[in-house]
Formats: sequence, structure tokens, C-alpha cells
Amino acid sequence: MAGILVFIEQRNGSVRKASLEALSEARRLAAGPGLPVSAVLVGHGIGAKAAELGRYGAGKVLVADEERLGRYSAEGYAAAVRAAVEKCGPVAVFMAATALGRDLSGRVAARLGWGCLADVVGVQIEGGAVVATRPVYSGKALATADGAGKPVVVTLRPNVFPAEAGEGKAEVEALPQVGGDIRAVVKEILAKEGAELDVAEADVIVSGGRGIKGPENFALIRELAKLLGAAVGASRAVVDAGWIDHAHQVGQTGKVVSPSLYIACGISGAIQHLAGMSSSKVIVAINKDPEAPIFKVADYGIVGDLFQVVPAFVDEVRKLKAEA
Amino acid sequence: MKSCVLMAHVPDTASVIKVSGPGDRIDEADIKWIVSPYDEYALEEAIRLKEARGGAVTVLTYGPERAQQGLRECLARGADAAVHVKGIERTFADALAIARVLAAAIRKVGPFDIFFAGIKGVGSDNSLVGAMVAEFLDIPHVAGVVKLEIGDGKLTAHREIEGGTEVVEAPVPCVVTAHKGLNEPRYPSLKGIMASKKVTIQALSVADLGLDEAALAGAEAGCRWKALALPPAKSGGTILKGEEDPAAAARELARLLREQAKAI
Repeated sequence: MAGILVFIEQRNGSVRKASLEALSEARRLAAGPGLPVSAVLVGHGIGAKAAELGRYGAGKVLVADEERLGRYSAEGYAAAVRAAVEKCGPVAVFMAATALGRDLSGRVAARLGWGCLADVVGVQIEGGAVVATRPVYSGKALATADGAGKPVVVTLRPNVFPAEAGEGKAEVEALPQVGGDIRAVVKEILAKEGAELDVAEADVIVSGGRGIKGPENFALIRELAKLLGAAVGASRAVVDAGWIDHAHQVGQTGKVVSPSLYIACGISGAIQHLAGMSSSKVIVAINKDPEAPIFKVADYGIVGDLFQVVPAFVDEVRKLKAEA
Repeated sequence: MKSCVLMAHVPDTASVIKVSGPGDRIDEADIKWIVSPYDEYALEEAIRLKEARGGAVTVLTYGPERAQQGLRECLARGADAAVHVKGIERTFADALAIARVLAAAIRKVGPFDIFFAGIKGVGSDNSLVGAMVAEFLDIPHVAGVVKLEIGDGKLTAHREIEGGTEVVEAPVPCVVTAHKGLNEPRYPSLKGIMASKKVTIQALSVADLGLDEAALAGAEAGCRWKALALPPAKSGGTILKGEEDPAAAARELARLLREQAKAI
């Protein structure tokens, strides 16, 4: 019976949490109609990680373990995913909508002649086919879409679906050697200084906007972020002003995020910024202008001077952490 | 080098989105249309390449009549030629159909040495077309590029990933999708605007490319939108006054986040 195949992303041998979220969601969906869930793990020297995927719902794990797959390449990984698809004939291939997943999914879908439902935040099975909800116009609207009568590749937005470990051990099977050209080759990976948490993956984000007045004041944002284990976000205005790298930008021309907690400091809330973060579970705004549009989407807010409010809030959070 | 820029014509990012009658697409009535912001980086990189190494820049789009405005803007910024494949509405949100059409158009009007596109078309937010076109043309791609060097027959691209960058080497022809940070796009110059008016945009239909419109939207389609809805509006946030006693407001906020929202 056609089931769901989940591509498992690993970096340096560690399975990404977002992939476990995708696998857990596949298990939840498959449970009703009783569909099989398989996983495909690609890389080099990663076989030991395969069996434990059973705890997240994989009945079978197909492993492509080759030296030439040690570093990610869209072409090599697409060949491995296709080999796995040919083996299990799924109705859908799930991947995490990470930088890698969003790169690989287009290659895989075109190679299979399927569509791709990208960056979905909700997924269901209706009449044996996958139907997904995905934010479009950066979250200003939600589209419900399907694979137009064919199987489909689905990338699932990180931090939206819970990863749930249970019981289970997967049957592990090695894929035969994957052929095909690898023309675009990763030569090296440059880690960002301080290896900051990326806003696209973070469960908590503390963002700064023009209200912080200067690049040096990101220190205040970083202090709160560090305390909360959060990533540092930014509005387009401060990225364009060169106060912080564009990797931090949240919004329609930056990253679209859905963390559990989003704290906006000194961000008025341009429509493009709101589009990028309004699906966050809890939104906190700190701004001196009571009319700022950010307060319209905020669950909690403080009207006040962020240079007084944020340090006071840091102290309060520190106290709460000390009590816990 | 001959480069080809894949352009998407999209609603202005400042647009308020409304759902139209049938409930499966946007209401286009008050929409201003723009060149997708990431495609501006793609075009700029192609123009810089032409300025440094010679060659020509062709901009290619698949879309309705209005997409011609986007092509004109690209010509005004410095592109040399433009190709417009006119399409059918039903396929505009389907990256697979778009990629099939663009790949077929490239086969017809090419060859090119390198292809540029934005990392995503703002709006449909798919981030798929670049890789799909590369797959259909059987060439490599590098997505989300923030730095690019082009050497003899190959390129080195820095591609943004979570927490860092990958340095990727690929032979050309190759599809490169541009991310913010790759360059600072120029504005159209007056001279460019005047010159662009003299350029004839090459118009093609899907049938000219040997593709079947009905199949593109039917048996060969990759996805279809069944419904479009606006997200539920938020209301009734707890907004505290912190002008006079910021410490008290901060204490109350921390308490609410811990006890009510259970968020910290």
C-alpha cells in the first residue's frame, strides 16, 4: 500500500529536529488510514542513526551511505530520494522546509514529474491524497493545495509540527549505490561567527527594529535572546541600514517564521514584517508608540521606552529562571 | 557571457491581500504589480556580469499580459532582450508548470551560459522554480546565493544555510538563485528607460513551445490550489502601560508570559 516516505536530513551525522517533526507528522497522518511510513537517510557514515528513527514512526529506513554523499548536493541527494521512491511508491515525500529541504525538494519533484507543496503548516490525507495548507503572500493568506491527482513532495515548516518519540524499531535496508552526476559540489562550510541560532529554526525569537536607535544597541536584544535561548531577529529597516546581517531579517523579503514566542522590540510593524511573523504562537511587542501596528497583532505588549523596559524585563526573566 | 534571468511579476509586498469570488485566488483589483524583489538581485548580478565580461542579458517570464510591464522595467535597468511567454491563469501558482514552460522557452530562445533567478517569487513563496528549471535542462543549480564568482567554465557561489554558508563549485551552464545580500540593485536610469522603449519584447505562446496548455493544467500539473483564505484576525491583546513605571510593566509582562501564556 502506498504510504509516506520521509527524507531525513542530517548535518555532521546529527539528525535535524525538523526532520523528526516531519516524520512524527507522517506517523500521525498514516495512523488513521493505516499507511506505511518509511524514511530515507542520506549521507556518509550515518547508518547508526537509522534504527532509532523507528521511535518517531518509520517502519522501514532506506539508507544511502556513500562517500560522495557525505556532503549535501541537490543532484546526489535527489538521486538517492528517487531510488527510495522507486522502492516504496509513496503517495507523498515529506521533508523539513529547511535550507536543504527547500533546495532539494524542487530537484526531487521535477525529477519525479510531481508538484511540491512548499513550507506547509497543516497537512491532511483526503481520499488517499495529501492536502496541505501553506502560507502564501508571506502569511497574508493561506492556500489549501494538493498534488493535482498525483503523488506530491511536501516540505513542512520547522517548529510547527511536534516531534514525538514513542516505541518502535525500524527495519533498516541499504539502498544500492546511487548513480548520476554530481556537478554542483560543496567545497566547504563556513560557520557564522558565534554560530548564532537561525531565526528560521528558533522556538523563540527576540527582534530589534529602528527603535533600538543604533547597531550597538543590538547588545540589549542579544542579552534578552541569550537569556531565553532565542534567535536574534531584525526588521528590514535595520538590515538595510547595515546594523545587522540580512540572515536575521524577518518578513516578506526575509524569513517567514512561526516560533512559539516572538518578542518585537522597537519594531513598528510594517505590513511586510507582520506578514513574516504573525503566525507566531505568542507575540510580544515593546514600543513607545501606542498606535504602532505591531500592537494589533500582539498578544502582550508594553507601551514604553524599550531602553527602560527591556533591561527591566531581562531582570524579571532572570528572577523567574532563578526561582525555577 | 550570455545570461538569462527568470523573472516573476508579483503583487507589491505592501499589498493588502483579499480573496476573490471563487475563493481560490487573490482579488487583483487593487494590486500594484512589481518585479519580485529577489529577481532584482538576479538581474543586477547578470548586468554586472555583462559589464565585467561582455555578453548580453535576456529576461524571460511566464505570465499574463501585465507581466510585460515587469519586462520593461528589467530592460530599463539594463537587460538587452526580453521574452514573454503568455500563459493560462490556472498554472500561475504551479511551480512545476512554470518550470516546464520556462525550460521549453530556454530551449527555444537559448542557448545561454548562465541562468539567474530570485530564490523565490514573493507571493507564491515556493522557492522551487530555479531548481526545477535546472532539472529539466539537466544542469546544476545553486540556490540562495549571497556571493558569486565566475571563473573559466565554472562558478563559485556562497549559499546561505542555517547558521552559515556553503561554498559551492559548479560548472556552467548553471542556475543561480539570488538571495538578499548578493548585491545592491540599481534603479532604472532615464537613458535606460528611453532605450527600453525601443526594444521589442519577443512574445511566445505555450503552444509555440510545443507544450499543451490543457495538459499543463491537467495531467502534467504539479499542484492545484483548492482554496484561499485569510488567516484569522488577532484581537484583544493585553497591552500594558510602561511609560511611568517600566519596571512594574516588565514584571507584569514576565508574570503573564510565565503564568498565562506559559511561553517562558
